[in-house]
Amino acid sequence: MDMRKTGMLNEDGIHIDMDHLKKGEVNADRELRIQERTAERPLGPTLPIESRISSLRSGSAADTQAVADIVQYNLEQFGVEYDMPPTTQTAAAMFQELCYHNKDRLSAGMIIAGYDPRHGGQVYSIPLGGSLHKQSYAIGGSGSTYIYGYCDANWREGMTEEEGVNFVKGALQEAIKWDGSSGGVIRMVVLTAKGAVRHLYLPDNGYTGPGTK
Amino acid sequence: MVRTGYDLSNSVFSPDGRNFQVEYATKAVENGGTAIGIRCKDGVVLAVEKIITSKLLKPGTNKRIATVDKHVGVVSSGLVPDGRHFVSRARDEASSWRRFIKSPIPTSIIASRLGSYVQMYTLYSSVRPFGVTTIIGGWDSEEELPVDGQVGSGPKMGAGGKDESLRSGGPGLYMIEPSGLYWGYYGAATGKGRQVAKGELEKLNLQNGTLSLLEGVKEAARIIYVAHDDSKDKDFELEMTWISGKDGPTKGRHEEVPAKLREEAEKAAKKALEGEDEEDDSSKGDKMEE
Repeated sequence: MDMRKTGMLNEDGIHIDMDHLKKGEVNADRELRIQERTAERPLGPTLPIESRISSLRSGSAADTQAVADIVQYNLEQFGVEYDMPPTTQTAAAMFQELCYHNKDRLSAGMIIAGYDPRHGGQVYSIPLGGSLHKQSYAIGGSGSTYIYGYCDANWREGMTEEEGVNFVKGALQEAIKWDGSSGGVIRMVVLTAKGAVRHLYLPDNGYTGPGTK
Repeated sequence: MVRTGYDLSNSVFSPDGRNFQVEYATKAVENGGTAIGIRCKDGVVLAVEKIITSKLLKPGTNKRIATVDKHVGVVSSGLVPDGRHFVSRARDEASSWRRFIKSPIPTSIIASRLGSYVQMYTLYSSVRPFGVTTIIGGWDSEEELPVDGQVGSGPKMGAGGKDESLRSGGPGLYMIEPSGLYWGYYGAATGKGRQVAKGELEKLNLQNGTLSLLEGVKEAARIIYVAHDDSKDKDFELEMTWISGKDGPTKGRHEEVPAKLREEAEKAAKKALEGEDEEDDSSKGDKMEE
């Protein structure tokens, strides 16, 4: 993470969310979302908004944390008031509302991914201007420019969870390699019907582990 | 009632635990035109008996059933201006939901919010309770809906990991009373003819979920006609709206029942009434004037 002269944090990583599992596989009863990014800090930029919804933040850490905190609070309220868990769409809508109406004050690029039983796994991207895009996978952050080609060439519909994890890991390794401001560990969260499973991959062993341990 | 003084202010309980202002509001409703709602298997019908208060009013105008959001309709019985204010609040609720959540408000949630709103008018001495009982009908999409304004649609094969056994959406029908009390109903009736209408609704066995929307329209028209007492009541106009699912005639929208269909239903309703009268005639032997 480098400091810009405005005091704002530069974009600090890559986010890839990818959609999902092939039907008919062993894992086919589940949807898979993977969000990944590189991070230097122990907490990393993946922020659980709700148990099976996550946001990935790029841009100003202060701005994006503030936005994510507000959405997290609103989603909690939603769950209590209406006695049902919010969907990924609800989270995406709340993020977009904030990002769009405060576009001139925020430097925030968000990716929202989540799983709910009705809609399966979904990925939404909210770039700088505050538009909302539903995508198969989304990448963002400074390192993402290096991996548009990689992702386009390697992403396939209906990947298994393992294939998904490898796709994400492969993409991030390229981003880390080429982007001066991306580096460190790879963090990932896999969101399925079973819940959120976090992964960690270290540069020390060529990003092979420790995985989910 | 004996004048005890406990009926003069809103929000004040009488020693035996009643709130008279709310009860008086309920009285105002009991004189309103009959309004009914029927929750069918594939949609909801709302119908109201609109009493013609003057021959100088243009037929087919001054609608009493309002659309609150694309998929939600509201009909009320009682004081018309109170009904209008209620509708305006309902529209505010629906649009604020759309602004915040960027999707259509579920029928159950708009009913709950409006129930709370009406209840607040029983709490303060500075306001009076609503002089209306309101029936809310809606259809929650059974389909997955995009977030309002979203671009793109994700992977071509759709999202994985869905629980296909989940059923969501469908028809919703709620009735809110001046006290703020609200329940979900299979069939709801309020206004002058509510007792007769409730009796007729019960005969439909709506809880079985077999009545179709088209049958519902016919029954709704018939029930409004049955509940209307020709000998005592003024002339009326029948106003009727419906909401179906995406495969039905209104494609998830709250719309007026087409004039042709409504007229057909009215014709059938009148015929059914005549049939009933004949039975009455033969059994009782006294003639009813039209």
